[in-house]
Amino acid sequence: MIKLHQTKQLQMWQKAKELRLKYFKEVQTAKEQGKTLVLVDSGSFIELPAGLGGYACLEGHPYGATVGMDLDFARECAEATEARGYARDLCVYTRNFWGSMFLNRYYFGGEFPKPDFTIKRSLCDTESKWLQVCCEHFHIPSFYIDFPLYPDSRTDKEDIDYLATQMNDCIEWMEKITHKEYDDEQLVRAARNEFRTTSLWAEICALNKAVPAPLDQKTIYTLYFPTVVSRYQDETVHFYEELLAEVKDRVANNIAALATERCRLWDDGIPPWYFLRLYRYLESYGAVVLGSIYTYTLHGAWADQTDGSWGRARTPEERGMPMKTREDALRALSLWYLEKPIYQGMCLPVSKNKQLLRIIKEWHIDGTMMHLNRGCEGLVLGQMENRLALLKEHNPVTIYEGNSADKREFDESQVMDRLDAFMESLGMKKLDS
Amino acid sequence: MLEEFHEQFNQRHQYSRDWKARNNSQVIGYLCTYFPEEIIYAAGLLPVRLLGGHEPQDVAERHIPTMFCPFSRDVLAQGLLGRYAYLDGLVDAFTCVHMRNVFGSWTLNIPLKYQYYLFTPVNVRNPRAKTYWAIQLGKFQKSLEEFTGHPISEAALDSAIQVYNHSRNLLRQIYEMRKSEAPPVTGAECMEMVVSSQVMDKQEHNQLLEKALVELNSRKDNRQTGVRLMLIGSENDDTEFVRMIESLGSTVVSDDHCTGSRYFWNEVVPGKDRLLSISSRYMDRPPCPQKDVEDIRFRFLHIKQLAQDYNVQGAILVQQKFCSPHELDFPALKAFLQEEMNIPSLFLEVDVTIPLGQFRTRVEAFLEMLQLQLV
Repeated sequence: MIKLHQTKQLQMWQKAKELRLKYFKEVQTAKEQGKTLVLVDSGSFIELPAGLGGYACLEGHPYGATVGMDLDFARECAEATEARGYARDLCVYTRNFWGSMFLNRYYFGGEFPKPDFTIKRSLCDTESKWLQVCCEHFHIPSFYIDFPLYPDSRTDKEDIDYLATQMNDCIEWMEKITHKEYDDEQLVRAARNEFRTTSLWAEICALNKAVPAPLDQKTIYTLYFPTVVSRYQDETVHFYEELLAEVKDRVANNIAALATERCRLWDDGIPPWYFLRLYRYLESYGAVVLGSIYTYTLHGAWADQTDGSWGRARTPEERGMPMKTREDALRALSLWYLEKPIYQGMCLPVSKNKQLLRIIKEWHIDGTMMHLNRGCEGLVLGQMENRLALLKEHNPVTIYEGNSADKREFDESQVMDRLDAFMESLGMKKLDS
Repeated sequence: MLEEFHEQFNQRHQYSRDWKARNNSQVIGYLCTYFPEEIIYAAGLLPVRLLGGHEPQDVAERHIPTMFCPFSRDVLAQGLLGRYAYLDGLVDAFTCVHMRNVFGSWTLNIPLKYQYYLFTPVNVRNPRAKTYWAIQLGKFQKSLEEFTGHPISEAALDSAIQVYNHSRNLLRQIYEMRKSEAPPVTGAECMEMVVSSQVMDKQEHNQLLEKALVELNSRKDNRQTGVRLMLIGSENDDTEFVRMIESLGSTVVSDDHCTGSRYFWNEVVPGKDRLLSISSRYMDRPPCPQKDVEDIRFRFLHIKQLAQDYNVQGAILVQQKFCSPHELDFPALKAFLQEEMNIPSLFLEVDVTIPLGQFRTRVEAFLEMLQLQLV
């Protein structure tokens, strides 16, 4: 007879879904509301336009992922992109985004919104070229911020200077092309919210070390979304403050995400968005998936704690950095971005090896499943070495191939067979058997 | 004489081993031509570009999945199979994700005495890039000095810059000859000159280039030029493939490859701050697509200039399968060549080994079409 944990639905989940929809609607109606619409890749530097006044950021990655959940529209988008000569093996978010843009159909209705300008950056080979094509399509200008990518948390003065001065250049450029006066106070406020949101998110994810886990990965996909698209907003900070309180309460009262939790899994990579029910399927084994580096650290701020564990990073102000002027905000933002652990893992596998090994220990992980995602080479970089590093330390790993947002490259039965075999290798049987 | 380049390239591993013994020094491998070799050379070490072996292998897939470019997997396989056992160190610049994968796997699985990852700006036209990268070059120099135990003097840097600039100048002179109506040198021969320069001591290679220049100036053969082609694309060191193209009534008169003109096109402009001078050279070089990220596509403008200068009649776009930077450029480039310059192009996707027969048929058809147009 398996012991059942107490469980209940997360109250903030509905609010998270509302915030997600609100974001996409904001993008859709930005022009009607007289707001500036800024096109960015996966959410870097979304605080910078704050000083211009009302604005919304059309972010490529979340939009590409969202399109990927609708199989018919995703196929239309992919085909529209491929018809223009682009390879099928390119980043799937790019192909979905471009396809929607070429078709002039926004997923949430109406025409594809035309941005006013873009802010580019490049962590992989695709991001900057992606936006380059968008600029040509819409005939809009762009500003490129060069991001120093290192395998460790490198925050030397010259690295911070390099990033901060480029951000300042970007602000001056935005003033010039929009003819708007830039309000530094709004930037400071947006930066503060950025620090607070991402630090809160790390604190929430750290609570998932508890047994039973208060959150599961499928729910986390909804919960982390505001960190990606609106972390600079007051409303987002309030959302995560409330979420933190609720998750703390769940931990204090042993409220589990999965009542039958008896196996804890770690996830690696971007999931097949159209097949999230694989997480529910694993629950039939009593397995709860706790999270991934992608969901925890894409916009979560992490640091070593005094007891040696991994937890939330202290905000720049908590570390004594001033936050009064534009320069203060830009230097603090530079530091914040340079410290992000996910970027280190995207640089070289050795960094992610260390992160994974500490996560497995601290979050009490029984096994790891890796999605070898043909739709994103940036996050697959080093994944096979990550697998070898885990196996070397006797941590079970399984790999399944697929594509996060192109179902044409996903073999459902093969993936399910593989997951069944993996669960059996962990000594697990289905609860109803 | 020109066969010497072919020989040296094919014997590159033996050359490196001999060089080590002759000079009692060490060999440092590099993975991308954005790495500033001059600094390695100034330290008295031999920089050697790692290239594929063009042989089927089954050792790399455990480390790099097949969604990454075959060139990167081939290079790693060469390392895992011990072909580069003589390497003392490996360095990588921040360029494409594919070669960074090689660096990540190589440094985890193959013993090395030295390794260095060098962040390199992506937006090379960013006005702050040169100064920032010069600082990074200074850190690399310091790291190298610690490795060898010897400081790198300004005189050594000056000398390395001079040797490398001389190499670039000689290759430019040879490329200049390709502008003529009947080029005295083929594209395959030029590619062998460039790739051999990437695996040899530049001073020794310069001597070969000087002899080649003399020979080419008086070379007389009855070879018909045929259709004037340009090769454009990702890493390509398959000289047999180029020979096949040139055996079908064409001559490759120009290229935009990192195993061709992109490697050597511009020189370091000497200045008081040596590292800034080196930094500027790399930021100003003809860009790889991964570095061509501005609203204006400077790479296309450079290709346009080359096509005009070399009187190019057709282009063959060569891409390593899964090479994302080039995949992202080709549709726009193909349209640019056709619409802006009326230059037709043929796209060929290559793997570790090339299906020569199939490609021959496609190239023949392309050349026939071009010949009809030219008539």
